[in-house]
Amino acid sequence: MEIIMSILAGFLFTVGLYLILTKNLIRIIIGSSVLSHGAHLLLLTMAGLKTGAPPLLGLNADTYVDPLPQALILTAIVISFGVTSFILVLGYRTYKVTGAAETDQLRGTDTDE
Amino acid sequence: MSNWLILPVLIPLIAGIVALFFPKRVTAQRIWAFITSLILIGVNVFLLTYILANGIMTLELGGWEAPFGIVLVGDSLAVLLTTTTSLVTLPIIYFSFSTIGVGREKYYYYSFIQFLIAGVSGAFLTGDIFNLFVCFEVLLLASYALIGHGSTKTQLKESFNYVIVNVVSSAFFVIGVAYLYAVTGTLNMAQLSQRVSETGAEPIITVIAILFLIVFGLKGALFPLYFWLPGSYSVPPTAIGAIFAALLTKVGIYSIFRTYSIIFNEDTAVTHTILLVLSAVTMIIGVIGAIAYRDVKLILVYNVIVAVGFILFGVASLNSDAFVGAIYYLLHDIVIKAALFLIIGALITAAGTSKLSGMGGIIKHHPLLTWMFFISALALAGVPPLGGFPGKLMLVVGGAEAGHYIVVAVMMIASLLVLFSVIRIFLQGFLGEPKLTHAEQHGSIKAQMPPIVFLVALSVFMGIGAEVMYPFVESAAQTLINPQAYIEAVLGGEA
Repeated sequence: MEIIMSILAGFLFTVGLYLILTKNLIRIIIGSSVLSHGAHLLLLTMAGLKTGAPPLLGLNADTYVDPLPQALILTAIVISFGVTSFILVLGYRTYKVTGAAETDQLRGTDTDE
Repeated sequence: MSNWLILPVLIPLIAGIVALFFPKRVTAQRIWAFITSLILIGVNVFLLTYILANGIMTLELGGWEAPFGIVLVGDSLAVLLTTTTSLVTLPIIYFSFSTIGVGREKYYYYSFIQFLIAGVSGAFLTGDIFNLFVCFEVLLLASYALIGHGSTKTQLKESFNYVIVNVVSSAFFVIGVAYLYAVTGTLNMAQLSQRVSETGAEPIITVIAILFLIVFGLKGALFPLYFWLPGSYSVPPTAIGAIFAALLTKVGIYSIFRTYSIIFNEDTAVTHTILLVLSAVTMIIGVIGAIAYRDVKLILVYNVIVAVGFILFGVASLNSDAFVGAIYYLLHDIVIKAALFLIIGALITAAGTSKLSGMGGIIKHHPLLTWMFFISALALAGVPPLGGFPGKLMLVVGGAEAGHYIVVAVMMIASLLVLFSVIRIFLQGFLGEPKLTHAEQHGSIKAQMPPIVFLVALSVFMGIGAEVMYPFVESAAQTLINPQAYIEAVLGGEA
């Protein structure tokens, strides 16, 4: 199970990286989001999957799942959600002000403005 | 008493949130930002003296015991840095009153600054590596907002790059945390230090160390990951550039400092050698940029990169003299970079351009600004008895002790070229033929002088008052050299 999840995380990294390396702003934004989700999946996989019962008090079981990675991934997902929504707004604003939807139109800093 | 430790994070956070409620009342915003940063300085100075007298302070958040919950650890290094942060924030906020423009002030400028400070202080104080990630995100989100604040064309162009670079490095941070947790089973820095020293120099730990070097190197602008910095630090207004140059890269450097001294201290032949080489190359690349450009903002921005190399050289040397030097230089660099950016901001206001070729003879109408620049240029280069000197001296001593003579030589040459790069601004911009008559001068810079004088005075004090500062810095370096005290303070007797 862990192996499949690791391969899946690697696949998400590949897709994310490919999208980030394209020119289109929207693709880059989606790529950054996919890349973060690959990282989140890896975080969850690293602690081991299905190793025991849910970590609840009063539940009688021999082993419990480690609750910490779940707390971490929840925090990380919320942060990446916030950041993604910010970049979407930033990308839209960049398009409105500069009229550029691709990164090569953004190159060069004309400092005299 | 230990609850006081949360205040350096809590005060700016609450101040920022409160300021969200009256965005259009600019005067009230200014007064509120000024008063809260004064309070922050008071609290930090109090914490600093308390820690020097009573040793490391810890706060277990939510009452969860140390390895399980999140701890804040106030050792001398962390609190020295939060104190310097607050001392730099106050003048920058004052400088913003006259330079940032009412338009920006109405759109939550002061709130973003406060959130940034909350994130920076949190990153310095935390004793948990995942919490460090969260604090990084807090300060990064505030910095994303600040870098594009005002939405001018150039700002938007650069901010998109800046955001994407940082999002990718945050993803790497999460991956690093995942690996570290899988290998050691903990995220508490004290316990990490313990467990890593128990397992010894495992290759997987070295790999994780390099991964963290990439993450923090990206935030801290270490070669070859500095490429995003010159653009994104030079486009926003100087007040924002000053706070970025003073604080943002320093958080990355601090994180390398902390993790490479107390956690990844086993396989130093690999990790610290890489750090050493990268720091030397960073110095070289930085000075090349600093002497190549003819735009005053860019000259300063490349000097930020040089300083990164100097400080990390101290970390790579891994002995107590070098650590004292690195900490001293780090603290002084926060102050002097803020001072220089503000001076350059005033210079650009006075000259009406940031191009060196377009300015000259500023001294005729602004003698005070000129001499302030002269003092801070010498302090930056480390001319005794000014602020940069003690740090650089200890860095050289420590580096020579560790036997890194070549890098010490590189550092000396880089220091000279740093001096050259800023003296060129002095000779060409401040002295020289006046390019503008008094009537043509673009703006008054009277309101911008108090914060500049304050920061330069602080820098001079750090040089002349080195005796006063030394015990603080010494105790900060000792915690890093002997993590045992840190571990005991966090985990209690079991260590």
